[in-house]
Amino acid sequence: MAAVMRLVNRRILSSAMGQKYVAYSSAAKAGVRAGQALPEKVKIVEVGPRDGLQNEKTIVPTETKIHLIDMLSATGLPVIEATSFVSPKWVPQMADQVEVMKGIGRKPGVSYPVLTPNLKGFQAALKAGASEVAIFGAASELFSKKNINCSVEESLQRFEVIMKAAKEAGVPVRGYVSCVLGCPYEGKVAPEKVAHVAKRLYSMGCYEISLGDTIGVGTPGSMIEMLEAVSKEVPVNALAVHCHDTYGQALANILVALQMGISVVDSSVAGLGGCPYAQGASGNVATEDVVYMLHGLGIQTGVDLSKLMDAGAYICRTLNRKTSSKVAQANCKL
Amino acid sequence: MGNVPTTVKHCLSYEQLIQDYPWLKRWLQEEKTITGHEYPEFVKIVEVGPRDGLQNEKEIVPTGVKIQLIDMLSGTGLPVIEATSFVSSKWVPQMADHSDVLRGIQRAPHVRYPVLTPNMQGFKDAVAAGATEVAVFGSASETFSKKNINCSIDESMLRFEEVINTAKEQQIPVRGYVSCALGCPHEGHIEPSKVSEVAKRLYAMGCYEISLGDTIGVGTPGSMLKMLQSVIEEVPAHALAVHCHDTYGQALPNILTALQMGVCVVDSAVAGLGGCPYAQGSSGNVSTEDVLYMLHGIGIETGVNLAKVIEAGDFICNALRRKTNSKVAQATGRTL
Repeated sequence: MAAVMRLVNRRILSSAMGQKYVAYSSAAKAGVRAGQALPEKVKIVEVGPRDGLQNEKTIVPTETKIHLIDMLSATGLPVIEATSFVSPKWVPQMADQVEVMKGIGRKPGVSYPVLTPNLKGFQAALKAGASEVAIFGAASELFSKKNINCSVEESLQRFEVIMKAAKEAGVPVRGYVSCVLGCPYEGKVAPEKVAHVAKRLYSMGCYEISLGDTIGVGTPGSMIEMLEAVSKEVPVNALAVHCHDTYGQALANILVALQMGISVVDSSVAGLGGCPYAQGASGNVATEDVVYMLHGLGIQTGVDLSKLMDAGAYICRTLNRKTSSKVAQANCKL
Repeated sequence: MGNVPTTVKHCLSYEQLIQDYPWLKRWLQEEKTITGHEYPEFVKIVEVGPRDGLQNEKEIVPTGVKIQLIDMLSGTGLPVIEATSFVSSKWVPQMADHSDVLRGIQRAPHVRYPVLTPNMQGFKDAVAAGATEVAVFGSASETFSKKNINCSIDESMLRFEEVINTAKEQQIPVRGYVSCALGCPHEGHIEPSKVSEVAKRLYAMGCYEISLGDTIGVGTPGSMLKMLQSVIEEVPAHALAVHCHDTYGQALPNILTALQMGVCVVDSAVAGLGGCPYAQGSSGNVSTEDVLYMLHGIGIETGVNLAKVIEAGDFICNALRRKTNSKVAQATGRTL
């Protein structure tokens, strides 16, 4: 009945004035669609000191790492991934994990999670004072085998052991799923596989699952498809996106994730960290560029962009490299 | 594609029915709407590399190279390639060879080659050189207009009116640009109402399409949304295009927002040619390759062959002895 009434109204409004009314309401409708349901606040998880530096060729001195983290602590970032308790044989950049952990000034209210790939790493992390850890699964079998030398199932079993220990110690655990939008070996990755791994990590007790587009091949199309599958298994408020900018798609992918209700975004100051699978290409999305977009959308992050740019400028000077952040480049007064 | 015929879908009463009964779309197994956002099925890419891109490059490019670039782009499927600008060579030395370029290129069928014509003199020269489509460049910022083309917005509109009226007589379509749509290097914030005012004037004068330019790339999806909401009240979305600069890395999310608002024409430059004259060392135009990658990933058709665009990008970067600004080109490893 309502539809019939509106049809009648439409005929009445089919005059020139009516056309304008219709155009306006369409615009309002489109505007609502484009701007709908964005979170008021977004939590930024800064992964520069770990994921960023881990993928930089130059080995960074411990004091530099500590100074970077201290500068980041002053920007308002709520979470800063400090280091990784992985064997230095595999990741020499993170060999100074214990010194970094003990050396940083921990700002109250800021969380400093560390990666712990196995029980040994977890125990070392706890000993060094870690109060939050992260574990790294993959949505691709081949990637899992090549990266951590075991199948996805075997890795999940390894993680159950860590989860048990973390629960006993009262330490929260964040779960990562890599290759969620594509794998350098397998190519396309089924959204259901991503959902399966995310669900397992969440049921094991991870408080948050970060979905990583490891090689940056994702686009808003594949991001939405994947999130639709995952959000059926894990509540959207427990999800984060970890986008790589290798194909320039990161901010667009983050935007659609926000439109789907995601409110946690991983990023790396100055876009630290190249892509090990595409020579010379970029990796992590730059925190500065993410914050610029979020603030432009009226979303609160608690982060001071100019202090963040200072931290980015510092680490780029030390690494003797140009920033990968476009915001930083645009503001560069050199 | 869905169970609902296109003719019915475009009927207003169908749209109203869908609004009243939101479950109806799924029940009818309509085409996949992504979280309530509908994207256009087809997006027209307007390639501005040979004009806007090269115009902002420091090195003067030989005529032969310009022609070869345009010919390569003509083979990619791009429907529109902005070839050159009939502006005085005193102001823009890069475009001094405008007539030679326009005469020298091989015009592919189904491809259009608009040229910029800031005034009647430029328009006459363009027509003499064989132009079949032209473009005029307005601004939403008074200060920018005065500094860039030495006159106020009103004065520029009078100038354009002359060009547009003459073009109409000769049945030459005219595209209108509005620069500083999301911010001005001199004035800072630009009111969306100012943008819609200028867009409306150009459209009313007879421009078939209005390209809204984020000249200094400061826009974000937030400001893009507000600006488009204002402009769409005056100019229908199907007559709008977005011309985003990537100076702050915001171009692709801004373009995405525009698509969600019903805009289906996007300007971009191969290899992201053209820096930003207002931010030393920064990037300018968004790369056509990166735009295509995103659009194709969403399932939007463009008719353009990405690999061929990458080749054209490689060619011009080699000629300019510079690295590409396109992340897709960098990732596929076919750069310097």
